[in-house]
Amino acid sequence: MSLRKPPLREVHAERGASFTEFGGWEMPVEFDSIQDEHRAVREEAGVFDVSHMGEIEVSGPDAAELLQRLTTNDVTALDRGDSQYSMITDDEGTILDDTVVYRLPEGESAEFLFVPNAGHDEQMEERWTAHRDEWDLDADVENVTDDYGMFAVQGPDAPGLVADLADESVTDLSKFEGRYATVAGARCWVARTGYTGEDGFELIVPAEASETVWSALECQPCGLGARDTLRMEMGFLLSGQDFDPEENPHTPYEAGVGWTVKLDTEFVGRDALERVDAEGVDETFVGVRLVDRGVARHGYEITDADGESIGEVTSGTMSPTLNEPIALGYVATEHADPDTNVRVVVRGDSKKAKIATVPFLGENR
Amino acid sequence: MSFDVPDDRNYLESHEWVDHGDATATVGITDFAQDELGDVVFVELPDEGDDVTAGEEFGVVESIKAVSDLYSPVSGTVVGINDALHDQPELVNEDPFGEGWMLEVEVDEESDDLLSADEYRDQIE
Repeated sequence: MSLRKPPLREVHAERGASFTEFGGWEMPVEFDSIQDEHRAVREEAGVFDVSHMGEIEVSGPDAAELLQRLTTNDVTALDRGDSQYSMITDDEGTILDDTVVYRLPEGESAEFLFVPNAGHDEQMEERWTAHRDEWDLDADVENVTDDYGMFAVQGPDAPGLVADLADESVTDLSKFEGRYATVAGARCWVARTGYTGEDGFELIVPAEASETVWSALECQPCGLGARDTLRMEMGFLLSGQDFDPEENPHTPYEAGVGWTVKLDTEFVGRDALERVDAEGVDETFVGVRLVDRGVARHGYEITDADGESIGEVTSGTMSPTLNEPIALGYVATEHADPDTNVRVVVRGDSKKAKIATVPFLGENR
Repeated sequence: MSFDVPDDRNYLESHEWVDHGDATATVGITDFAQDELGDVVFVELPDEGDDVTAGEEFGVVESIKAVSDLYSPVSGTVVGINDALHDQPELVNEDPFGEGWMLEVEVDEESDDLLSADEYRDQIE
């Protein structure tokens, strides 16, 4: 299998990026240093090429109905130009992917745009068209992933930076709101969304204008490495790592995103999730802070203070902001309260740790 | 990109270096290795008095993105470890052949697989 490449693969290579395979794409993991890139986003601004994220447009009279029945959140609550975080679940309520659903302004080529994770675009396109046909809905589903680049500009200075390049106002956009704007001469979808816990925008850019827009966004270029440490500090889920329908199946309630599930709407997985909601969950997604020295990684066992297995780490790193090791994972619900003493088994050594509240950085972000 | 490979050391394919002193040898990881790892955040080393064996693991280096085993270029007894790495693991990135050293070993035997600087340069090119 050959890897898919973002439009700017060669531009990033010129800039000295190192690359990694992610979701079938060859993406920049690091431009300078993960710590420097991380710090730039927390303190100033950084720009990420996230062109590996999928883009699927849904239009037609039944577009809203189709999305409503395939995502957990309430699509009918969206005004034009608004967006919402949502889960895509199967019949059993297991998360297949997480996504942001945008309802586009009037007069655009599509009613809705949703952004599945890297490497999931084809699978979701199939899922949408198969269910559309099964339910006999009148909607067009178009996978436009290869037509667009996607950049995330994040950090306290990010709004000003994008505003300076945009012909239209963008700083008046509220969180999760978006509009089409001309940025560095190219018509882009500009949304106040992100995955870092900082203010900023995500820009969906026509592939042919990618280089112009990327070059105009003059701030620290950041790779997937910093994107990962930033989202971990916020406790944000990473598809395929913190949940995976095959290797690590979880419901939204277990994964701490039960708030995206609107049981008063009709969607695939609703009945199963109603039962889970009523019965409660056996496992809960938590933050973990290591007290002993060491770094917890995906797959490491979590035990109680006596060494009994209670769960598993799904993501872990040394937090560049806190300069201490942090992790995310699932533990048996009775051990999920903050400050519970636990252990993480790091290469055979049982390291002292504590359940922590997420986000690790506090609420006001 | 070109990496620093001092001529006065020997190397392992796994990117450790050894600097032969009079009575003891110093061990660390190369400039190439620190660049591949990225920001080093934690180094786990043996204690003084422990034995290390040529070609076998003697510790672990954790960067933000990966964890890697460290292999010893020599067999012998650890007579010194770089305590500074406890609080400043970034020294491995900043000065891998100097202040980022890891072990001082009283050598019984060297690895048969040591590379010269030229041989190691060929490997990483």
